[in-house]
Amino acid sequence: MDTKKSSPALPHVTTSELFVGFLKVGLSGFGGVLPFARRMLVDKRRWLTELEFNEVLSLSQFLPGPNIVNVSIIVGRRFQGPIGALAATLGLMLMPLIIILLLAALYDQFAQIEAVRGASNAVSAAAAGLMLAVGFKMARPIHKTPWQVGIGVIAFAAIGLARLPLLWVLAVLAPLSVGIAWWQRR
Amino acid sequence: MAAPVISPVLLELARQFLTLSLLSIGGANTVIPEIHLRAVEIEHWMTDADFSEMFALSQAAPGPNVLIVSLIGWKAAGVVGALVAMLAMCAPSSLLTYHFANVWERFREAPLRIAIQTALAPVTVGLIVASGYVLTRTIDHEWLAYVVTGTTVILALTTRLHPLWMLAAAAVLGALHTGS
Repeated sequence: MDTKKSSPALPHVTTSELFVGFLKVGLSGFGGVLPFARRMLVDKRRWLTELEFNEVLSLSQFLPGPNIVNVSIIVGRRFQGPIGALAATLGLMLMPLIIILLLAALYDQFAQIEAVRGASNAVSAAAAGLMLAVGFKMARPIHKTPWQVGIGVIAFAAIGLARLPLLWVLAVLAPLSVGIAWWQRR
Repeated sequence: MAAPVISPVLLELARQFLTLSLLSIGGANTVIPEIHLRAVEIEHWMTDADFSEMFALSQAAPGPNVLIVSLIGWKAAGVVGALVAMLAMCAPSSLLTYHFANVWERFREAPLRIAIQTALAPVTVGLIVASGYVLTRTIDHEWLAYVVTGTTVILALTTRLHPLWMLAAAAVLGALHTGS
């Protein structure tokens, strides 16, 4: 295993342990699974050190795809290769997928009831607020760097206001931002 | 041998989410506006109201927030649609991550890696705020919704209250409001 050098004694973790560990993470996460993944990986099972977890997380956030799915891929791969990655991801997604489809079917049955629709609208409104708050929180570490604020504002305006296609926005903005970051570093 | 007939909706779901998978830098939340654009305005799989209901469900259920994708697939083409959409959303990015994890470890201190991380952070922030904004525009049509969104933003920024309590309180308020 090529990731071994960051941890001298890589714990032995079997494929079924990976499946079960991530199965529990998938079941416990309400409104975001990452905190629960960290607790399982670092605090409870000690498959990763704090530092290793931060590295796995930063890689997961940098690459495209759902962050938590990327975490399960990297952790599964680290201990059991492709089968481990598959087991961890399957464990993570299995129960939430079943639950949400059951909920959706259930919702369809009761959507005509006005109180249910009212509740659903209000939950959407609150969830939109949570999303805005996450964005504002994530802006804290970058708000003192003017060019980063500029890139953030352009990304917001292009997608949120102008509703431009994401592919074109990223194709222009990502190289531009990397260019500035590279130039600013020296 | 005739190829098995696959419904055009399933193919379209797969095509849309296969590309979105590789565009979702910073996670599933950053592509919410794009999902809305494609599902509601381009493909007409659902209305604005359906979309906000699916979003609410995905937030109120346990599990990662990428599950919104399975609900879009479900609305468009049933359970098979949900599985196809989910698989399409996860497979390309997972394959990329699997192979990239190896390379990335070796360049931990590389200046280019640090530059890329510094560069993508503000893009992600802009996209997530845009997600929140697009959702608000989609969902909030009356005063109660605006109040709920605003209060949630303030509570989430200033307190350590668990998000689930805010969703629960909103559900109760919404149900009572229509019931009166």
